[in-house]
Amino acid sequence: MSAIAMSVPAGRRTGWRKLIGFNMLTGILLGIGGWYLGHFIGDHITGAGLAYYSAEAGENDIAIFLGYFLGVVGFLIGLGFANYPLKRLLGHPPALAEHESEAEGLFRYFTLNTDHKVVAKQYMVGIGLFFFVAGLNAMLIRTELLQPNVHVFGANQYLTLVGMHGAMMMGTMTSGLLGPFAQFVVPPMIGSRRMAFPRIESFTFWLLMAGEVILLTTIFFGGFQTGWTGYQPLGAQGTAGYDAYIGFFALVGLSMCLFGLNLVVTITAMRGRGMTWSRLPIFVWAAYATAWLMLLAAPMLIAALLMGAMDRTVQTAFYIPGQGGSAYLFQNLFWVFGHPEVYILALPGMGIVLELMPVFARKPLWGYRLAVAGMLGISFLSWFVWQHHLFVSGIDADLRPFYMLSTELISLPTGFIFLCAMGTLWRGRIRFTVPMLFCLAWMFNFLWGGISGVFVSDVPSDVTTHGSFFVMAHFHYTIMGGLVFAFFAAIYYWVPKMYGYNLNERLGKIHFWSLFIFFNSTFAPLFALGFLGMPRRVVTYNPAWQGLNDWVSISAYCIGLSMLVFLFNVVWSLLIKREPAPVNPWNSKSSEWTLPTPVPVQDFDRMPVFDADPYPYGVDPVPAGGPAYAPAGGTA
Amino acid sequence: MEGTRHWRNVVVLWLIASLIMTPIVIFVFGPGLPPGNGSVEASGQVTDNTVLLATATPVALAVLVYLAYVCWAFRERTPEVILDGPAIRGNSSVQFWWLVVTTTLVLFLAGYGTVRLLADGAGGGQGPNPIAVPSAPGGGKPLVVQVIAQQWQFNYRFPGYGGVETNGIELPENTLVQFNVTSLDVIHSFWAYELGVKADANPGVNNVAYVTTKGPLLFHVRCAELCGVWHGYMFNQGLVVPKTQFAAWIARQEQLYAPATKTLPPYSKTYFPQPLRRGG
Amino acid sequence: MSAVGKRILWSTLVAAIVCVAIALYIGLYLVNVPGSAAAVSTSSGTRLYLATVPAAALNDAHPTWVSYYAVNANAQDWRHVTTYVLPAKTLVHVTIYNYDSPSALRNNFFGQSSGTTGGVITLDGQTTKGINPNNASHVFSIPQIGLVIPLQGISATAKNPCSNAPCSLSNNHTTTTFTFRTPAKGLYRWQCFVPCAAGYIAGFGGPMQTVGYMDGFIKVV
Repeated sequence: MSAIAMSVPAGRRTGWRKLIGFNMLTGILLGIGGWYLGHFIGDHITGAGLAYYSAEAGENDIAIFLGYFLGVVGFLIGLGFANYPLKRLLGHPPALAEHESEAEGLFRYFTLNTDHKVVAKQYMVGIGLFFFVAGLNAMLIRTELLQPNVHVFGANQYLTLVGMHGAMMMGTMTSGLLGPFAQFVVPPMIGSRRMAFPRIESFTFWLLMAGEVILLTTIFFGGFQTGWTGYQPLGAQGTAGYDAYIGFFALVGLSMCLFGLNLVVTITAMRGRGMTWSRLPIFVWAAYATAWLMLLAAPMLIAALLMGAMDRTVQTAFYIPGQGGSAYLFQNLFWVFGHPEVYILALPGMGIVLELMPVFARKPLWGYRLAVAGMLGISFLSWFVWQHHLFVSGIDADLRPFYMLSTELISLPTGFIFLCAMGTLWRGRIRFTVPMLFCLAWMFNFLWGGISGVFVSDVPSDVTTHGSFFVMAHFHYTIMGGLVFAFFAAIYYWVPKMYGYNLNERLGKIHFWSLFIFFNSTFAPLFALGFLGMPRRVVTYNPAWQGLNDWVSISAYCIGLSMLVFLFNVVWSLLIKREPAPVNPWNSKSSEWTLPTPVPVQDFDRMPVFDADPYPYGVDPVPAGGPAYAPAGGTA
Repeated sequence: MEGTRHWRNVVVLWLIASLIMTPIVIFVFGPGLPPGNGSVEASGQVTDNTVLLATATPVALAVLVYLAYVCWAFRERTPEVILDGPAIRGNSSVQFWWLVVTTTLVLFLAGYGTVRLLADGAGGGQGPNPIAVPSAPGGGKPLVVQVIAQQWQFNYRFPGYGGVETNGIELPENTLVQFNVTSLDVIHSFWAYELGVKADANPGVNNVAYVTTKGPLLFHVRCAELCGVWHGYMFNQGLVVPKTQFAAWIARQEQLYAPATKTLPPYSKTYFPQPLRRGG
Repeated sequence: MSAVGKRILWSTLVAAIVCVAIALYIGLYLVNVPGSAAAVSTSSGTRLYLATVPAAALNDAHPTWVSYYAVNANAQDWRHVTTYVLPAKTLVHVTIYNYDSPSALRNNFFGQSSGTTGGVITLDGQTTKGINPNNASHVFSIPQIGLVIPLQGISATAKNPCSNAPCSLSNNHTTTTFTFRTPAKGLYRWQCFVPCAAGYIAGFGGPMQTVGYMDGFIKVV
């Protein structure tokens, strides 16, 4: 594997010269330049013939879209993504690595980097940042809902808060587990040194970051009033803030699609010696099942959004009923993406829980084949259920029993996952470490999420609850109670290997218990509010419900406080105290823990050969010996 | 065997919990479940929700009891030493019976839901060609009320009463009502909570939902699909009243809104109102 | 300074920047709402004066958007506010000066006035139960109390139309007055029902969906 040095590595230069080159700063500068260029071009190609741009609206959507597009192109060029294709076109030989040398120090995190561990850590920080921004928006939403007849924020701003919270969370957490964790551990788990397409891997990260910034710019254009689902024709009516929503989700979609491609090819083609399909760790299977969904569903979203953008700019009428279009078209296209999307969110969490439970129950994964069948079954079935979002929309009534059945059927493979987790715990030797606590909480939360899912999948019951806070509670239990709890389990589990430092266990336990208690305290009453008749996305409500809403809002603030405990733990443990972590603090028998800490650039010195199943627990009844497993810095 | 003892404990605990909780859920919570008994379809939803809850209770308890038990019974008691548990990789009998039981439950729920849905439509919007049309009490045709959703108010149009359009709604008791729900602009959703009716208002589409009213009722109509800045303020109240009172009410509306009715377009199941956009 | 000390400093600095950013987000964007105007209590009763214009003031954030303004009896003292403060359970007399041209109603139901005393409005001195829907320029409606006031547009042959706020009584305008009884204390909302947002699909985007232009609140105290 040869690496061609592009120039003197940035880490070896001195002073301000370090900032010159293809990096994030250059990207931002070229991005801003691209925005102005696109805007300029857009302003000059529109004329009186395009009626939807009129001086009376005071905004030019064509200029805005071109600005975003060229801004993103400029950003990516500044980061260096155009260099390799151009070099190859000019006849240079292939090169696999860019900026991988550790001599570059921190700079390698701010540019195109082909080291999967660096990209994983970039994702960790990027996802973390926008997760907290979206979480802040959630706190603000709950602040508005403290009183039905006193409005803290403007009515338009409130709807933008709702949309930003939803869109940012969905777009960010789609890659929330696979980005930081699959990219770090899947190559060592399968016996490879890198992902199949390292530059694409880096590309997906920077696309996501560009998209998030575009979403943030919505507040300068009036925000968007459609919520994260972006329904048409409401979206077509909106101010230019909706263009930012389209730009964000289109980039997220592209990032998802390429990420899925990368994972599918990596897992299919780059498995090491002895790593047969039936020896793959369950987390890799979950990543694989998710990757197919990302690859195939994201293009639907991009197409749906592109048509919406065309309706807003060049007078097409895909979604405008008075001119031959159909509002149903958007709903269907969106949810054909949207339903696999929620399984993209859920599957990695399931993979993490099933991957971690054997470590902390000290037993092999129970029912490995059943778990794989569960993952693949969920992935497959998720394509056949999307009309359950449209049960009362006026779809052909004959369709509804079919989609009710298909949606209920999805609870079968989900049940397999539960059975395998439960079986792994049976007669185990369970250690309640912080990652394990999050895994157990995942089971509790996803249970309620799944059961409430059965309610909304039943059409007569859905007539009661569609569009109400009951649905909100259902998906927060599955997405937050599921995915986010698994996210934290993965963080506490893999941070010692990724960063080489221990996270404080006492703070971790405080974070866990406060999050678990206040999460349930926040979202359980929402089932009741939905049953009482409170619709979603409303800025006012029946004053009789204020007590419940206040309870929910205060609990939500406590979730925020719990997250602050986590943030403090991260800053304290990883930045300030920096207590070195042992090589294998959890005594895990998974192959990524055979890597040294810190992990060297090339990962394995010698590639492992896999000759046994991935969960060799319980085969050696003699005590492992050596010092006790006692994470430093807290109570065991 | 050790495993058998634990297994027996879990089953016994689960049985006790289920036998206590399931009747509570059916008889104490059940009658209070939404949306109440204000209409025939609403009562049907209450029954459906009760069946779902009663089915879910033992399932949830199974997982919860099991989790609580294993966390207590199988916790590591000697954390200083890393000992592994038995290498149990699966149990085909357990997997088989789990599959059988869960599949049966799912098929039962899907079947039951279908039966209930096809019986009377469950108050949901069925699109322009409804397949579940309840029969009117005492025979006859339904009272047709068109619900016109627009940003940000529901209007109601009565084709059988001169096509008068009102911004309030009263309905007669013990009557089959056919709601023809449509929108003039974006997607809204007509949600009459106590009537148990929910039908999206799609522009250019006639979404039909049926409700059979019972006795006098105050019901709340709220928009259930985000439609713009005043979505949260898109609500009104309605009344179900005796038939004579309804006749008097609608006559008053016809008189009150006579000037407006003259300017309205003829009654139609969908409208494509102009202007589509204001000219420059 | 030690390496740890430097990292503590950087962390504190970043935390401070984050707090400032959040404060700016909330203060400059989220709570940035239009102000309010109160009805004035005169010898002839409680009065409120409003105006509707085809385009807001040139120095407004959206100088091309239609908008409501609060004015005084002589159509002066133009304030770009859309929250109107009214006393509870009182007869309020409202005058609206409309300087805008017609753009027709989407739903002709709103061409008939309702919710006022007698269900009538006075348009340029004539008492009427509503207007020709094709001449509607704007509507002032408080849906929660069933108040609907259609506003007739200025003539197509108007010689001295106003282009941007503020306008004066010498510009072409129609004057609509009506009286209604305010409800109990609380927060209500008002809106226009004419698709008058020029340049937006369906005419309901932009100003029609933005509080501060064609939407606002009624605060009954």
